[in-house]
Formats: sequence, C-alpha cells, structure tokens
Amino acid sequence: MLFLQFTILSFVAVTATAVVLTRDPAKQAVGISFYGLVMALMFFIFQAPDVALSQIVIGAVALPLMILLALTKIRRHEEEERVRRKEKKAA
Amino acid sequence: MKRSPRIVFFLLSVAGFAGVYLWGLTGLPAVGHYRGPYGDVLNQVATYERHVTDVVTAVNFDYRGFDTLGEEFILFMSVVGGTVLLRRQREEDKSEHRDQNLSDKSPERQAPEPSDATRVLTLALVGPLVVFGLYIVAHGQLTPGGGFQGGVVLATAPLLVYLAGDLKKFKQITSHTLVEIGEALGAFGYLAIGLAGLILGGAYLRNVAALGTTGTITSGGTIALIDLATGLEVAAGFVLLLYAFLEQTLEIRLRGGK
Repeated sequence: MLFLQFTILSFVAVTATAVVLTRDPAKQAVGISFYGLVMALMFFIFQAPDVALSQIVIGAVALPLMILLALTKIRRHEEEERVRRKEKKAA
Repeated sequence: MKRSPRIVFFLLSVAGFAGVYLWGLTGLPAVGHYRGPYGDVLNQVATYERHVTDVVTAVNFDYRGFDTLGEEFILFMSVVGGTVLLRRQREEDKSEHRDQNLSDKSPERQAPEPSDATRVLTLALVGPLVVFGLYIVAHGQLTPGGGFQGGVVLATAPLLVYLAGDLKKFKQITSHTLVEIGEALGAFGYLAIGLAGLILGGAYLRNVAALGTTGTITSGGTIALIDLATGLEVAAGFVLLLYAFLEQTLEIRLRGGK
C-alpha cells in the first residue's frame, strides 16, 4: 500500500510539473486532462472514492473541455476583430 | 523589472517557502492517523441517524447542508455569469459577409466529418452514459458519488452527440428551454427543501422527510431529495455552459451547408 501511495504521489508530481512547463495552452489542456486522471487515481488510492469521482469528471473532462472551448472562443474573437478592422480601413 | 532581480527575488521566495513548508510538514500526523474528532463521530452515527451508507453524501447534504447550498449557488451564479458574458451580440455580427471572411469558412479550416467508427461508438455510448449518470445521482446516499458527480456525467452526454457530428440534434438538446428551467428548478429545489425543514422541523435544512430503510434508494430523507435537485442543477448548468461556448461555432457550421 505504501509503495502504491508513493508511486502515485510521484506520478502526480511529475504530471503537475509537465503541465506547468507546457507553454502552448491547447497542449496544456490535454496535459491537464491526464493530470486530472492521475489525481483521481491518487484520491482513489488514498481511499476517497467520492472525491475521486468528482475529480475524474471535473479534472479529466470538464476542465480541459472548458479550456479548449475558451480557446476557440478567443480565437474567433480575435479573427472578428481583424475582419472588423479591415472593413473599417476599406470604408 | 529586469531579469536578474526577478530571479534573485524568485530564489529568495522559494527558499523561504521551502523552509516554512518543510517545517509545517514535520508537524503533520503520520499517514492514516486521523486526529480530528468529527470524522470518527460521523462514521459512528451517520448510518444510525440518517439511514445512509455513504457518509460523505450525508455530510454534504445534511450535516453541512448549508455550506453545500452556498457552493450550489456559486455554481449557479457562475453559469449565469458565463452565459451572460458569452452571449452573442446578435445585431453585431448578423451580416453574412463578415462570416464569409472568417477563416472557419475556408475549406482547410472546416472541421472534418467524423468517421463512421467515431459516429457509431459515440452514439452507442450516449445511452449507457445517461443511465450511468442517473445511477450515480440516484445512489448518492448509498455509494460514492451523488448529485454533483452524476450531474456532470449526464452533461457530457450531449457532448458525445456533438462529437458524433449530429450538430442539429446537439443544438436541439442544449438550446432547449427545458435545460434553463431545469437549472432554475434544481437551484430552487435545494432552497425549497431547506425551507420545508424550517417550516416542518423548526430549522433550515432539517431532515424532515421519512428516512426509509438503510440501503434502499429511497433512504436518507431529504438527503436523497437534495441529491436529485443538485443532480438536475449541475447537469443543466453544464449543458447551458456548453451551449453558450459552442453557440457561435454551431451556427456557422450549421449554415456551412451541412
């Protein structure tokens, strides 16, 4: 049990560091999803299944999804701004 | 700020933090040695007092139900805020030609049609996913899980429809008025159950419903009811957010001749 706990904690540390060191937000969203999964496993090993369930759905699915959706939204906004500026120049 | 003072400042902070942190760690109890009295007390009395087998849900929806009510409304307000913030200024970009200029319209930026394998697999998973979500919500007082976890699982079902490429269905599901009503009803339900406790039992959120037999789906009194209300609110809230985020992309892709 102790070995399992030690392993999963080092996994959490490694994946968390990897997420922080990733600079591209889109890639970071994928990384944070994996980190969320590892965290869920950690909660499960430390006998907190309730928290593990929340962590799986929030950390591995909902959070990366919201990040990706927000990125899409930002890109669209930037593009609209560009088109608007171009139109103003033409007018 | 220049680079070198920043690094010096960073190293100083790290050294300070590491020192305090390690000092704090030495004061922690050993792994598996729980010192607080409440967990042990609740583990002893919860099944007897509330006829539930998942003490975590009993704590969330009963013993500290008022805190969870606050959390519930944090979620409610963030969904409302997110929807208001993301709502499309309709008059602003009604003009067709502006959309034409967006690169999403250009052929190389079009999202590819999902393959048959993706479509079959995702659509086949929708049913089991909904059942699983409902199961987690309904068994909150019996097994790990509850309204919150199950609600989020339920909210991912329309996303599978989106992944399958059935955009029209996705829009029908997520932009339905029932979703908004569900969101409001879930939040109101929690409040109303609390009020019922105040009226019938003399204290807000007092567990006034019949406790039922331990181990059955109707056990737990108001715990099970609040669980259902939370499940409804969380599922509807996340679906609303999904639609708010995807609304614009959806319109363009639907108009894109598919």
